[in-house]
Amino acid sequence: MKQLFFDKIAYDRQVCDFCGTCVGVCPQDAIELTEADFTITERCTLCKNCVRVCPLRALEFIDER
Amino acid sequence: MRDKYDIVIVGAGPAGSTTARFAAYAGASVLMLEKDRDIGIPVRCAEGASDAGLRAVLQNIDERWIENRISDVFFHSPGGKMVELQFKQIGYILNRKIFDYDLAQMAAKEGVEVLTKAYVNDLVRENDKIAGVKFAHMGKNFSVRAKLVVGADGVESRIGRWAGIKTQTKMRDMETCAQYTVHDVNLTGDHLHLFFSSKIAPQGYLWIFPKGGGRANIGLGISGDAAAKKAPVCYLNEFMAERFPHASVLNSVAGGVPCDHTLKTIVLDGLMLVGDAAHQVNPVSGGGIVPALVAGQIAGQVAGRAIHNGDVSAKSLQDYPKRWHKAEGRNHQIFYKLKNYINRLTDEELEGIAEAGLKVPLEKRSMITLFKAALVQKPALVLDAIKVFT
Repeated sequence: MKQLFFDKIAYDRQVCDFCGTCVGVCPQDAIELTEADFTITERCTLCKNCVRVCPLRALEFIDER
Repeated sequence: MRDKYDIVIVGAGPAGSTTARFAAYAGASVLMLEKDRDIGIPVRCAEGASDAGLRAVLQNIDERWIENRISDVFFHSPGGKMVELQFKQIGYILNRKIFDYDLAQMAAKEGVEVLTKAYVNDLVRENDKIAGVKFAHMGKNFSVRAKLVVGADGVESRIGRWAGIKTQTKMRDMETCAQYTVHDVNLTGDHLHLFFSSKIAPQGYLWIFPKGGGRANIGLGISGDAAAKKAPVCYLNEFMAERFPHASVLNSVAGGVPCDHTLKTIVLDGLMLVGDAAHQVNPVSGGGIVPALVAGQIAGQVAGRAIHNGDVSAKSLQDYPKRWHKAEGRNHQIFYKLKNYINRLTDEELEGIAEAGLKVPLEKRSMITLFKAALVQKPALVLDAIKVFT
């Protein structure tokens, strides 16, 4: 699991299918996705659309309570 | 590869390849960039398309593209009722690995240059005008200039965003999908099966598209809103465990479909969007192959003429959205309302529709039969229905 954006969202490369659905719903165009890498940039506002839409749950929101 | 072309097309799916082919045929120099290493792979698609739809753009249907011919569909209600409908026209289950490859090759034969493993990461701008794209290829960065950039970059639709168009799909309109291509001895018969149930695929449907010989694409799509509670792949695994516990999974894919009406803006000065990137998808079925071909043909013809006339302004490209709207876009607006209607049906209402549908003899049954039954189930939505058909 690769932790991204101040450890709020975790990305699992083993699960990801690189389909780009997360990119399609991101209101900030904050996601850079290739088969080589997945990055969430500082434009992210933590709306969690990407986490919720992922067909495979390759993304996870880390709740630190 | 040169450093300058008339047109650069981003994405080599059916939309990109068709745009490229028609633009090159009209005399434009065209470069088409594909981010994956192979055109047509992975296949993020259930691969269904109608014969008439394909023939609207392709004169010859190559037998190698066709894995199976389909003449009817079984709708499955939440309670297990099966309502058969016979198609008025032949449907195909395609082999998109071959189909997409051939579409790209048809473009290449018209003189289009194609490059795979080319990841476009920005637009080139000159004096505030779009003037090409930047991309990474085999570890090096490149910049290529073009009079016209075509975003055929699928569900991600980032080319349009970089140009200033709001291409993002709303969560409720994004159908998020998981699919297995499987082999199972119990998969006999050449019928489509569609399952509607809040337990199987909330705000969407599950499909079985038979490929013949015991193989099938089995997948489902649910809205982004519904997926927030449970992921599509979880629904699919539950269905498989219950119905086909011994199936061999030959391939698994995930993907998103923008089940929306076409974006309001699909041309700007020096820019066009086509296919999924422009939300040119039948919002009810989620089918995007035929819309991509139709849009690609129009976009390619308009782009070719714009290059010939030396005017790639948004005004000069307006013929594309106009002709698209007439061909398919206005139907998609109607289908979008219909999709919202269908997604609001409860399991009880779906059950009632199936019951009413079964009372009509098979030879007289049609989509209209089912819709009439739906109106009886949900009279409060008659107003919405009137809007759908007016």
